[in-house]
Amino acid sequence: MTTQTPSKPAREPGLLTQAIAAFGQGLIDVVSTLGGIVSMGVDVFRWSVRRPYRLANLFAQLDFVGVGSIFIVALTGTFTGMVFALQTSTAFQLFDAESLVGPTVALTLTRELAAVFSALMVTMRAGSAMCTELGTMRVTEQVDALETMAVNPVQYLLVPRVLAGLFMVPALTMLFNTMGMAGAYVVAVGGLGISPGTFLARTQQWMVPGDVFQGLIKGAVFGLAVALICCFKGFNASGGAKGVGQATTEAMVASALSIFILDFLLGVLFF
Amino acid sequence: MVSPASSPAAARPMIQVVDLHKTFGDHKVLTGINLTVPAGSTCVILGGSGSGKTVLMKHMIGLLKPDRGQVIIDGEDIVPMGVEALQQVRNKFGMVFQAAALFDSMTVFENVAFPLREHTKDPEDVIRQKVRARLELMGLKKDVEGRFPADLSGGMRKRVGLARAIVMDPKVVLYDEPTTGLDPITTDSVDEMILAAQRELGVTSVVISHDISSAFNVADQIAFLSKGVIVANGTPEQLRESEHPAVKVFLETWFGKN
Repeated sequence: MTTQTPSKPAREPGLLTQAIAAFGQGLIDVVSTLGGIVSMGVDVFRWSVRRPYRLANLFAQLDFVGVGSIFIVALTGTFTGMVFALQTSTAFQLFDAESLVGPTVALTLTRELAAVFSALMVTMRAGSAMCTELGTMRVTEQVDALETMAVNPVQYLLVPRVLAGLFMVPALTMLFNTMGMAGAYVVAVGGLGISPGTFLARTQQWMVPGDVFQGLIKGAVFGLAVALICCFKGFNASGGAKGVGQATTEAMVASALSIFILDFLLGVLFF
Repeated sequence: MVSPASSPAAARPMIQVVDLHKTFGDHKVLTGINLTVPAGSTCVILGGSGSGKTVLMKHMIGLLKPDRGQVIIDGEDIVPMGVEALQQVRNKFGMVFQAAALFDSMTVFENVAFPLREHTKDPEDVIRQKVRARLELMGLKKDVEGRFPADLSGGMRKRVGLARAIVMDPKVVLYDEPTTGLDPITTDSVDEMILAAQRELGVTSVVISHDISSAFNVADQIAFLSKGVIVANGTPEQLRESEHPAVKVFLETWFGKN
């Protein structure tokens, strides 16, 4: 007969160990998600240059992401320009520098706010829809159905959405700039009595085309990032309606964070 | 184990699964599956929930890669194939999903026409004829063509799903739990639809199911899957004679102990 020594009971991990484990797990999750997004980005690029070019799908997404966001971006741009003109004029009046309202609003919009706000609007309006639609298609096996019909889902579903983000966010950024400056002009000239000539001349004096291009490049990077994140989260959703909801929440948070982080990194790069 | 069905086994094999293993994490789902489905026959893979039926079917169409083993479709091993080669093989397949997996953004007509528009250069009037012919074969009238999947009953969605699966005249049609969640009358009509597809088009059918009645209605061959292995394989009559405990317990739920 053999005797068995009783095994030692497993020790509860301490608080510090648990905290380190949780931090490590979080880090692994972030790195694996980033890796997944980059890998999907490479796949999207590879399939975007291969036939058949799905132009109908691309135009449908350009319409949805771009044309569909015109109203909300124009409205946000107008009010942003108006409130910015109002606040800066209050500050500049303190030292008789109201003539700088135009260039201040222009530089802030073109270099920073237009791209960031346009990308946030597209995230909320189109990114959430992309993620939910793809997630629902995944959990109801519509993505599998595409594959079984010998249609590549990356090419059919993801390429048009990612390209739409890449092309339309810069276009919306330009619209934001235009509407923002129009709003600022109305408030500064119409409401605060700044002379139209001063407003326009000072803006032209301080602004260079590079400021606008910087914003447009930012818009393209944000659009690409947001579309990739929303597509990645939706495409890999699982667990029914709850899973799709969770994927959409994660996509919104990750998209918003990525816009601000990328904005800082690009700001450093362009400074 | 019961020996494989004698009459269909004489025909050329359309699907051969050889020593297939698949593990997800620590969970061994398939542990050495061997199965041959002769061309033109209907094979039902029967088994309880979680027995690995869907995983086996997804290997047959290349949606999953096995850890080990071969999946030979019409003489070609699809396991080592890349994305492009797999797409060519998938043109031989049609698949009917458990919840039909129709594209919600498209009408019934657009759903059934989708594979034709993707893979053929047929003019629109030829596509229209082919779609109507398949919908009629499934007993669906012209007035459903313009409806969206959300407006159809479960049975109708299954029929549209099968019409879409067979519109390209595939060699093999896979059915994932085709009668789950349907009432007995609709179940009978789905069985009839499976038999009609085989009779009219001569396709090889693989049906995964836990519905014993439906399995015995449509099958030439039944393979019983339990804990990741096929424990019995043969004609419906041969399966009823099986002495394997898992098969006996499963069949007793329908046929009774005697």
